Amino acid sequence: MSPASRYTTTAIALHWLAALLIFAAFPLGVYAHELALSPLKLKLLSYHKWLGVTLFLLTVARLAWRATHTPPPLPATMPRWQQRAAHGLHHLLYLLLLAIPLSGWLMSSAKGFPVVYLGLVQLPDLVGKNVELAELFKGVHQVLNFGLLALVGLHVAAALKHHFIDRDATLRRMLPFVKEV
Amino acid sequence: MNPDWPLAKKSMNFRVGAALAAIADYRGQGRSYNLGLPLLPLLLASLAGNAAAVEFNQVQTDKSTLSFGYKQMGVPSDGKFRQFAAAIAFDPAKPAAATTQLEIDLASIDTGSKEGNDEVAGKQWFNVKSFPTAKFVSSSVKPLGGNRYEVAGKLTLKGKTQAVSAPFTVKQEGAVAVFDGGFTLKRLDYAIGEGPWADVGTVANEVQITFHVVAGAAPAKK
Repeated sequence: MSPASRYTTTAIALHWLAALLIFAAFPLGVYAHELALSPLKLKLLSYHKWLGVTLFLLTVARLAWRATHTPPPLPATMPRWQQRAAHGLHHLLYLLLLAIPLSGWLMSSAKGFPVVYLGLVQLPDLVGKNVELAELFKGVHQVLNFGLLALVGLHVAAALKHHFIDRDATLRRMLPFVKEV
Repeated sequence: MNPDWPLAKKSMNFRVGAALAAIADYRGQGRSYNLGLPLLPLLLASLAGNAAAVEFNQVQTDKSTLSFGYKQMGVPSDGKFRQFAAAIAFDPAKPAAATTQLEIDLASIDTGSKEGNDEVAGKQWFNVKSFPTAKFVSSSVKPLGGNRYEVAGKLTLKGKTQAVSAPFTVKQEGAVAVFDGGFTLKRLDYAIGEGPWADVGTVANEVQITFHVVAGAAPAKK
């Protein structure tokens, strides 16, 4: 049996759901951070945290799926350094999708505000209230997010390059509603 | 643990002085066990000679706290007031005659962040420029059995005065009495959080007020 040329429907669905959540959580976090203290700010910060928790859980689910399902191969024409770079980038993206929600959770705990997922499930505080630690985790959260922004940019640029310049099937492997090539 | 304590406890029945010394020693270890309570009758008996009733009326502000808890977006959050003046007169023999007055410096609020402190000082919250202090004056203290009581009185906050009551306990710890209690205040009753903040879906209406007051004993002032 030849390897599948496309990701499984589940992998595709989880990937695009993650993309959607990242593109919601990132600007929400930046915007809410800039807002003056108001009910809107408190709401948006909570939504941001809920999205972050969801992304963390989604990433765990994606890793579990990935571990049990072989992804379709990259085009054989692709140079080895590019294949290695693609794998490295994917690993980093997964790492950030775990580390960023964790750093946000740590920041929230250190600020003295527990995370209450969906307003219903209170997560345990990872650290006690501590102003210096809160500032540290805030910095870490920001740096990791700008790292994510850069890596997502690279990820998207590479996908588009494969699709429009190399004209290979790399992006189509992950596109929904596309017939098997 | 203080290994001497069981011995000290035995001698307590015979020598008040030794027992009091043991408590002083015990408190010196930084313990906060409720060891004073069984000694209260002895303590009072030992002072009965000078006729004046002893009451707890020397509030130790540095050991007392006034804090609050609330929920925003379902997130339990808390804070405290750093400055308040408390007057208490509590005679364990006549608890129903006890009185208390609290005056809280609202600008001393600590919500956990500077942003929060600045916000709640503003007009929509406490409006501390026009209403710098909150005041509670007790009108009655009702024994509820054991070391439990309930204080009722009037709370004035942001120009509004309402009746409130709070159950509390009294524990004697060596030479001091510790009053612990609290009640739930509905912030909108006092217009705390107006305009967009009046939305109780974001910041809950219920605010749990908790007090912990430590007071030493002295002859009753009268």
